[in-house]
Amino acid sequence: MTMTDTPLLELRGITKTFGSVEALTDVDFEVRAGEVMALVGDNGAGKSTLIKCVAGTHAFDSGQILFEGREVSIHGPKDAARLGIEVVYQDLALCDNLDVVQNMYLGREANRFQILNEAAMEHTTASTLKGLAVTTISSIRQPVATLSGGQRQAVAVAKAVQWNSKLVILDEPTAALGVAQTEHVLALVRRLGEQGLAVVIISHNLHDIFETADRITVLRLGRTVGIFERQATTQQAVVEAITFGAPTKVSGIPAAPEVGGEG
Amino acid sequence: MTSPDVVGPDGAKPAEGDELPGGVAGLYQRAWFNLRTGNLGPSPIIVGEILVVVLFGLTATNFFTAVNFTNLINQMAGTAMLAFGVVFVLLLGEIDLSIGYLAGIGALVVAELQLPGSGHQLNGILAMLIAVAVCAAIGGVQGSIVAFVGVPSFVVTLGGFLIWQGVILNQLEQRGTIIIQDRWINYTDSYAFSHVAGFLIALIITVLYPLSVFYKRVAARGTEIARVNWTAFAVKTAGIAAAAFGTVAIANHGKVIATSLGLPLSGVIIIVFFILLTFLAKWTTFGRHVYAVGGNAEAARRAGINVPRIRVLVFMLSGATAGIGGIIFASQVNSVALTFPPGNLLLNAIAAAVIGGVSLFGGRGEVRGALLGAVLIGTLQNGLNTLSVSNGWIYIITGLVLLGAVTLDTIAVRLQARSGR
Repeated sequence: MTMTDTPLLELRGITKTFGSVEALTDVDFEVRAGEVMALVGDNGAGKSTLIKCVAGTHAFDSGQILFEGREVSIHGPKDAARLGIEVVYQDLALCDNLDVVQNMYLGREANRFQILNEAAMEHTTASTLKGLAVTTISSIRQPVATLSGGQRQAVAVAKAVQWNSKLVILDEPTAALGVAQTEHVLALVRRLGEQGLAVVIISHNLHDIFETADRITVLRLGRTVGIFERQATTQQAVVEAITFGAPTKVSGIPAAPEVGGEG
Repeated sequence: MTSPDVVGPDGAKPAEGDELPGGVAGLYQRAWFNLRTGNLGPSPIIVGEILVVVLFGLTATNFFTAVNFTNLINQMAGTAMLAFGVVFVLLLGEIDLSIGYLAGIGALVVAELQLPGSGHQLNGILAMLIAVAVCAAIGGVQGSIVAFVGVPSFVVTLGGFLIWQGVILNQLEQRGTIIIQDRWINYTDSYAFSHVAGFLIALIITVLYPLSVFYKRVAARGTEIARVNWTAFAVKTAGIAAAAFGTVAIANHGKVIATSLGLPLSGVIIIVFFILLTFLAKWTTFGRHVYAVGGNAEAARRAGINVPRIRVLVFMLSGATAGIGGIIFASQVNSVALTFPPGNLLLNAIAAAVIGGVSLFGGRGEVRGALLGAVLIGTLQNGLNTLSVSNGWIYIITGLVLLGAVTLDTIAVRLQARSGR
């Protein structure tokens, strides 16, 4: 992670079709360690499809994935997890009937001969939450059903980073939250970046993006139409890219001939 | 719950349960909090059980006799066994309607395998193991159809209900009754421990709960689960001791003609399985995964839990407990006949689990619920019997109790949801 110039994750020329529909066309994308990269675009721009390719839920048709500079193949969620890629989906994938500790260890319970080691799990959960400065959960032994939306999001994020992950992808983390809770979650996202993780945040909300992201990648109709430094751009410019952007290439590979991208 | 601590205690600060108010005040506060938020736990059913016992003790002349007491244990043992399996199936949010006749299959297999002069007579213990294995395998097949093909469990096990009923009918229609003579098989229901052995067993049962609490305190030092409210602990320990020693004392008192009775083996079998299955549900990865699948199957799948495997295993468990229950019932009458399974076995077993607070929608409930529910239903039906109430009224009253318990539970869940958000 010392080579900050090499992106942690780099996608080159990813193309994905569903039948006759081209969901992604020659998409380039990168995110560095310690950076929050926003992935924005209108509905149907291909954000979710791109993420699912990285997470291993979808197989893409052509293109390359480089992780820490090496080409990797991701054939399923387990491959992604092994590389240190964790996705926090919009629906959070928490079990309401289980408590915070049990959710944090879901499917990876600390055990010896299949007998649970509750003490170890509780200690680690407490320190993970503390490390992320998640301070609003009064008891980590309360069922997740009793938590607020923001607290649930915090648990889902903490669950993702607990496993020595290097890249955390957050799908619309603030979509269902109120103002105060949104601020909490955004602060948490920034903290992940400060701790050296690579973070990808998908959002419709430009305010959220400009509060957290270091760089912004804009997708439009399945193509990359721009990568912006947050410091050097305006919301206006990003909105224009989302609505009218023309495909651009960033990784030095010549752009594919354009076939009616605009309109 | 009232802990002001932020993310739970860290290593530096030993949590001695200080954040929770201790003593009687803490107990009262916690009980009030639980009541307000609808987290009733097993208290309503225990209150109900005490009410029923007092009511029948006052009204029925031969309810409080030792003979009736051992009868009661024998009668409810089979139902409780089936209800244990039902708990796991309900935790997944599934249903198993085949267990009544699966119990019959278990009894039939065991009866067939012990038959002297049949050419395939086996040792009774071996016969029982095979019978339970057969039932588990049938459960596994039914579970596989649910898990891999995706047919709803209601339909699969309704099919099983008819199929196994048909098999029993085919086997017994011509032959009538198969008598069970094997000593070991008949022991499962009729064996009574000596008075001293009975009290020893009561002592072991009494000591187990405090031991598990102390073990948790030592092994999980500094965590929230290690905290103990000592008043509640004392009440629970005293309650378990009273129930265990009381049961043995009354059972020891009984005498049928010259034979002195004692604690029946069936009661001990139930307690042993209760402890084993509680351990399975609460302390193992398998149990945790059952709760996870019942709570949110999609989340469990994404977390890497092999959801179909859990489903198949749970239906196997349900088949196995049905088989054991069937053997206990067969041993009660030393035979298998066309009247098997007795009464409304399937519905009683499901009712026991549901009265015990196990949710039909998955993810919520405990093994102890099945035991408490079976005891309540068993006591109710036994007590009404000793009062010579007609069968019709016994069904009606059982139905009303089931309805009342589930209504109370539904209201409790609503309160929980309201206080949660």
